[in-house]
This record gives sequence, structure tokens and C-alpha cells, in this order.
Amino acid sequence: MQEAIINRAKQLLADGTVNRVIGWKKGEFAYDITPAVFETAAEIDADFVYDEFTAANVSKYLIKESKKDGRILAFLKPCDTYSFNQLIKEHRIVRENVYIVGIPCDGKLDAEKIRQNGITGIRTVSNNNGILKIDTIYGEETMNFDEAVSERCSVCKSKKHVVYDELIGDDGEIADSGRFDMVEKLENMTAQERYDFWREQLSKCIRCNACRNVCPACTCEKCVFDNDNSGVANKAAADSFEENMFHIIRAFHVAGRCTDCGECSRVCPQNIPLHLLNRKFIKDINSLYGEYQAGADTDSRAPLTDYKESDCEPSVVHERGTE
Amino acid sequence: MLRISLDKLDELFSAISEKQTLYIPADRSDGAAEFQKWCDGMKLSKNLNTVRSAKDFFFPQTENLVDFKLSGKNIEIKDIRSEAEDFVVFGVRACDARSFTILDKVFLSDPVDTYYQNRRMHGTVVTMACTRPSETCFCTAFGIDPTAPEGDAACFSDDKFLYIKANNDKGEAFVSSVSSLFEDGDTAKLDEVQAKTKEILNKLPLAGLSTDSFGGDKLNELFGSDKWAELSESCIGCGTCTFVCPTCQCYDIKDFNTGREIKRFRCWDSCMYSDFTKMAHGNPRLTQLERFRQRFMHKLVYFPANNDGEFGCVGCGRCLSKCPISMNIVKVMKALEVK
Amino acid sequence: MQVNKNKEFEPVIVAFCCNWCSYAGADLSGTNRLNYPTNVKIIRVPCSCRVNPMFILRAFQRGADGVIICGCHPGDCHYTSGNYYARRRMTLLFSMLDFLGIERDRTRVEWVSAAEGAKFAATMNEFTESVKKLGPNRRLEDLRCRKQ
Repeated sequence: MQEAIINRAKQLLADGTVNRVIGWKKGEFAYDITPAVFETAAEIDADFVYDEFTAANVSKYLIKESKKDGRILAFLKPCDTYSFNQLIKEHRIVRENVYIVGIPCDGKLDAEKIRQNGITGIRTVSNNNGILKIDTIYGEETMNFDEAVSERCSVCKSKKHVVYDELIGDDGEIADSGRFDMVEKLENMTAQERYDFWREQLSKCIRCNACRNVCPACTCEKCVFDNDNSGVANKAAADSFEENMFHIIRAFHVAGRCTDCGECSRVCPQNIPLHLLNRKFIKDINSLYGEYQAGADTDSRAPLTDYKESDCEPSVVHERGTE
Repeated sequence: MLRISLDKLDELFSAISEKQTLYIPADRSDGAAEFQKWCDGMKLSKNLNTVRSAKDFFFPQTENLVDFKLSGKNIEIKDIRSEAEDFVVFGVRACDARSFTILDKVFLSDPVDTYYQNRRMHGTVVTMACTRPSETCFCTAFGIDPTAPEGDAACFSDDKFLYIKANNDKGEAFVSSVSSLFEDGDTAKLDEVQAKTKEILNKLPLAGLSTDSFGGDKLNELFGSDKWAELSESCIGCGTCTFVCPTCQCYDIKDFNTGREIKRFRCWDSCMYSDFTKMAHGNPRLTQLERFRQRFMHKLVYFPANNDGEFGCVGCGRCLSKCPISMNIVKVMKALEVK
Repeated sequence: MQVNKNKEFEPVIVAFCCNWCSYAGADLSGTNRLNYPTNVKIIRVPCSCRVNPMFILRAFQRGADGVIICGCHPGDCHYTSGNYYARRRMTLLFSMLDFLGIERDRTRVEWVSAAEGAKFAATMNEFTESVKKLGPNRRLEDLRCRKQ
């Protein structure tokens, strides 16, 4: 797959369709891959990579890149196309300046999961039909692909590209993934259990803002949490209240716009399952206001900028589930 | 050397915590390690390092400095400082131990930061030699020997015993306070483990990293390098690298109005944030390139320029495994290196 | 003022009332000399949809034990549709607070028209009672703001 992508990138550069390419650049080890812009075929040959660790969603970079001169080629995985579409819907990207090539994805690995399995000193990782061969400084290790795949990919919502100019490989299908199972499990706990669960998780937060800054839906020029005039700007959580507030508001501000790409949880240095907050909103929106997938199209009204006279009353929250 | 069987670690921890609060790296439910207050049954983590560094003990993420009360035109100032309690941080790695030397240069030079000094005086750092370094380790590039860590007292382990050695007076006092649990023993097995670790260190993927191209006298060539644009282009401007870094020491001071009084607190800040240099006249670092460059120039040029050539990095590798886009000091050093 | 230490817990209730209906409803309950607890602190907003989720969280931060949002009845909004948007937002926010384990009875939305002075007083009486039963807000408080 990497070869086909590289060849297509070089062709499109050579025939002048685009003048640069956004993709992923090799690192020191198997997993430390950096999103990067390539301008020449030589740069692509030297560093371009597409494998099980090219997890970063590059659509957010296109906000900035699409405003530069010339056209940029972007390779988007199925879930990335939802983010891209959502940004088009919000008029954040100049569509004409981006050439999208949809590429297939079989799930991305999470180096953290490999480490949690006791495998350290990871140098290279290769995939042989679902078995990972991991070369470490302490010798060779093996692990099942399914155990090392990131959470978001293990419950992949769609392998279908919702926007593209051309595709490499065949388009996939929208999957029935069970991605709300964990949300449901939490909903069925008691309020005290839920409270304890989230205290344990959110107290780990170091307020690095990685979840916010990487999020393709968080595109405000000035975030409320960075704005001293907002009265809520806080650089660090001086109290557990502020941990809660940051994460509630972060999730709320992207409610109805979050495509569930899972970047927030991928980048969290403290492994906080932030996607659960976003999925809770998605699940509620689906069940209360009708199925809605942000990014699936560019013209429908988002659930929070829409209403029906027959909408349920907020008391619905008090009437359901366990206390 | 004094040693104790690894099976008896619980007894050791229990003995320490009888006298002082003890913190050890222990595993959380997600498998990652974090320094936690020791309580009965807590096991020492087998992870190489904690997600957050040990700097939190002396320079916590948030800290109250002073309280004010306003009544009419009077401002009542409440000094909330109090003498810290004695505590022990056990199991600090060599990289984090060196980071204290770097933080000391910042906080203990004139004018002394009394908040930091207070905790530093009351904290005993007991380090732990590494036996299983990771691919992200490069402390040796900064002259750190992970098999002989600094700190008030240092521990070493083979598969059966934990050995302890004091490095200074505070360490002596600590060791003698628990020496009844230790016995004298030979170190033949330990020497073997140490030799093996040294061999691994030489074979680490980042073992050859050189600091020759960096230092206080390299300002002009490095600041003007054309590599910064490419290196910083995908930086998302979060503070992950800064907050997991054991040597980053920048902070902001803010006021919080509780409704009855003002709490003036300080909290970690990150030079990667867009408002880090914001001041009355505006912001001198307008793009991520400038912010990104600042972080690495500080560690590799400005800090050594002002501190006898000591670099502001200890090679712990946290930023290598935690950066959302995997851009880090090693990639920066390799790109800027003069070959 | 004498403070009786054995006095039962008196919650702080913050009520966001829209200018056109609920605030007038509160006024009417006053002119009709209907009683509602002094625990209720009213904040007047132009429309129920002016209430940002952050307002609610900050009320809890600064000592509220319960927060209630009152607006015009659906269909009667002075701005035609403001309360419909508020309804969706508050539903999702309350559901999220519940998801985080915050007691769900600390939050409520009630539609009170300018003519419903009696409903306003009854709602406030009832809401204050139910929050009183929950005790002080501990799960979503800021310790720095706690009354000593």
C-alpha cells in the first residue's frame, strides 16, 4: 500500500495537479511518525511512510494548508474523511485547494498497548497476517495485532470514505461496531460508581491541552480556556472542579460536531478515555434526536443548531436509568 | 554493600513510612506508573519510568503562594507558607535525579525560591539504578550514568537483592535510619547485572547521540537555522512535552477570586502555548515556529550559556513517547547537528 | 445575626430566569405575596438560551447546590425559538453531568410564563426541598470556594 501511495503522490506532483503533499514522515523507531508536508519526489522517497503506525489524522492541518498558494494532496483514511467533511461544512477549509486521495485502513496500532503487554525497547514492528513481530533491544517478541490495535480502531465505525477526489483500493462499508458499549456500561453503573470512575480518570489530567489542540473539531481562533477575559481561563487545574469543567466543556463544545475520530484519546499522555465523553453526547443525540453522524455530509443541520417542537424535555434525564 | 532481600521491600517501605511520608512509583489501573503515597500492599512498579516526572515533589503543577483579603481600602495579606513535612521519594531514576540539579540552578540561585527550597530541604531522594533501559533513553548523552544514579541515596538491584548506598549526609541519615533491615553482603551478582546493563546502554538506538553541536556558544548558527520551519510545521502547540519534562521549569502566576478572598497561585506554563509571552504590548512570539524554537534553544543553548555548560535536558525520553505528533528533542538535535 | 449551629442545611439555589416570561413570573409571585424560599438567587437572562453550560458549572463552582433554568413555554419564546435550542443543550448537558456521576436532581429546567406566579413559587419550593434532601454539593464544587 505504501508503494502505491508514494507512486501516486509522485505522479500528482509531476503532472502539476498538486504542488505539495501532506502525509506521514518516518521516525527513529517504528511508532514515532510525524505528520509532514512533502514538496519533492526526493523528499517523499526518503521519508514518506504509510503503515500500521501512521495514526495521526491530518485533516486539521488542511485548515492552514488550504489557505496557502497552490493545491495540496492529502491522503485520508476513512475516519479522516469524516473530519475533513465536517471542516468543509464549517467553512474552515478551501476545498478547491485540496486534492483528496482516499486510502484504505485496517486499523492502527497503539505503541502504548504493546508496552502495557510488557514489551519494551521497541525498535521495529512488522505485521505477518495478524501476528506482530516486534524487534526490541531485548530480542524479538510477538503479539497479536488485535491486542495491540488502538481502541478507536477496534470499534471502527466506518471504512467508507465520505469525501474524496480519487480512491486507492476499494471503498469499505459503514460498520456496526459496538463503539457505545463502554458508554452503556457506565450508564448502567450507579452515580457513585460513575463519579469514582471519572474522578480516577480526570484526576490524571495534566492540562497539556493535547486533546483540544489535536481535535479537528476544536478550531476556534481563541479558545475560551485561553482567553483571560472569559473568566474561566485556567492553565492548570488548581482544583478537581476545574478538571471536570475543562473536560465537560471541551466535549460539549464539539457535541454534534465530533465525528468520533478518537484523536483525543490517542494523544492523551495520561491514557484518559476522553472519547467516552464525546461518545456519550453522540449516543444521546442519536437516541433523543435521531441518528446523526457528524461529517457524513456537508449540508444537514447539526443537532445543536436545530430543534423540533416535539423534542423531549430535559427531565428525560431524570426519568431514565439508574441513579 | 548493604543489601536487603527483594521479598522484604514491604518491610522496608513500612519502616520508612513510619517516620516520614513515602512516595514510590506504582502502577495505576491503566498500567502506567505514577509516584503515589505508599500504603500497605502497594508494590514498586516494574515500569522503567513514571508518566509524570519526579519534579512534582519539589515544583508541583499548582501551588498556592499567598492569600489576600480586601476590605474597603485595606488589603490584608495572609502568608500561607508553612514548614514542609519530611518525605522520601523512593525509586527515582538517574535522569530525574539529575533534573533536580538543573531545577536547583533555577530555583535556588539568588533570589531563592523559598517554596521550592522548603520542599527540597525536607525531601530525601532515593534513586534506583536502571537495569532495563528503553529505546527512548538517551541520558548518557548528557553524561548521566543510569547504573550509578545521583540523589541523596542510591539503590541498585539484581534479581534477589536491593543494595543501598548513601551519596551525601542526608542520604547517610536515611540509610542509618533503616539500616537495621539491611545486612552486609557481597556484590558479585550486582556487578554482573551492572556490567550487562552497561552493555545494553552502548547498544541503545540513541546511544550515539552527540551534544557537540550544541552549547552556549552556538547561539547564532542555531537560532538562524533554516531547519526550524520544517521541524515545527506539524507541532500542534500543546504542552505535553513541557509537562512531562523533568527539567521544564516555567510557570505562570494567577489570581483566583473565591468570592471571599484572592488566592494567588502559580502553575506550570508551557512555552509552546500561544499566550506564553503575551504581555501588555502584545506577543513577541507570534508563530509556532518561534515557540517551538524557544523550547529547544532554551534546553540546548540558553541554559548551558548561563549554567556552566549544563544542558537543560536529561534524556529521560518522556517527550519521545508522549508527543502527539512524535516530534522531540532527539529529532531536533539530529536535524540541527553539524556533521 | 445569630447563627444556629444545629440549623438544618440550607442549600443555595441559582435560578436563571428569562426576562420575558419567568422573571416576570417571579415578579408576579411576589406581587401576589406567594412564598418561595430565600435560598433561591435569581439571575435574569435575556432568554433561556443565553444560558451557557459554563454558567451552570460556574454556579456550582461558586457554591450553588442546585441550578434551575426557567424560560418561556416551548412555542412562546420572545425570540421565537431560543428555548427550543436551550432545551436540547440542557438535556445534553444534564445527561453529561449525570454520566459523570453528579446527582441529577441538582439540575432542572422548568417553563414558567409571566402569568404563572403560582407555578414559579411552587417550582422553587419543590426544587429547594429536593436539593435540600441531597445535601451540599460535593461532587462539583471548588474546594477553594467552600464556606469555612
